[in-house]
Amino acid sequence: MKDLLQDLDKAFENRLRLGIMSALMVNDFLDFNSLKDLLGATDGNLATHLKMLEKEGYVRFQKEFVDRKPNTKYAATDAGKTAFVKHLNAIEKLLR
Amino acid sequence: MNKEKYLDDLKEIREIMDKSSRFISLSGMSGIVAGIIALVGAYIAYEYIYIDHAFYGYRMVVLTPQTISQLLILATVILVLALGAGVFFTKRKAEKTKQKLWDLQTKRLISNLMIPLAAGGILCLIFLLRGYVGIVAPLTLVFYGLALVNASKYTLSEVRALGLMQVALGLLAAYFVGYGLLFWALGFGVLHIIYGVRMHLKYGS
Repeated sequence: MKDLLQDLDKAFENRLRLGIMSALMVNDFLDFNSLKDLLGATDGNLATHLKMLEKEGYVRFQKEFVDRKPNTKYAATDAGKTAFVKHLNAIEKLLR
Repeated sequence: MNKEKYLDDLKEIREIMDKSSRFISLSGMSGIVAGIIALVGAYIAYEYIYIDHAFYGYRMVVLTPQTISQLLILATVILVLALGAGVFFTKRKAEKTKQKLWDLQTKRLISNLMIPLAAGGILCLIFLLRGYVGIVAPLTLVFYGLALVNASKYTLSEVRALGLMQVALGLLAAYFVGYGLLFWALGFGVLHIIYGVRMHLKYGS
């Protein structure tokens, strides 16, 4: 049982972070506003959790300008994807 | 150990993955209405081009430049009506499920739908101008089917099945060239209605 718990990733314990990763798993990239709409999060909340995932090295971002407005695109890193799959497998085993 | 939390987590993950990668506001009603419009259109077209020939005892297809331009106008009207119905019912469903209608998923769906559709449409126009009228009905079915298959990656999986059936029907129509209108009514009319009813029952409208 202990081994199983070890595989669960603390980074994905939070619902919003789990949501961010789920969305980034199936999309090459998403911008801040799309994520916000999708997850129904507030600006501050979403920014905080994105930053936490960034710090873990699970999410990377890229700033660009669309019609002179700054637009930040977020994507999952390879490490993030691997970690997420590992987390899902751990949940699956746990529920068995 | 609370399994409940993880079950909820999994549900949430699936929901977000679906919502963020697929356009799921497709309404069954739009399929049904588009199908009915197509059937009515096919009937009108039938009246245009099949002239009673009492002497021979069968109906004959008469295609003059005038009937062709009439058919083109009819086709355009049907297309606009069917698209309008599609947008209307889809918008209504998106409002009900609180989804945005014009978002990344919609754009992705439409651009992938339009690539085969536009290519097919232009090809059909070229054939029509060159006088190869018989091949146009099968080609519209084939290209429409291919467009659906191409776009199905970004929406509900039933669209793929609908697309494959349209392609098969189009190929059959190409073999039986004289029955173009019949196959056309089957594909755009009957198949749309069946698909619409199925979607309506499965996902609501």
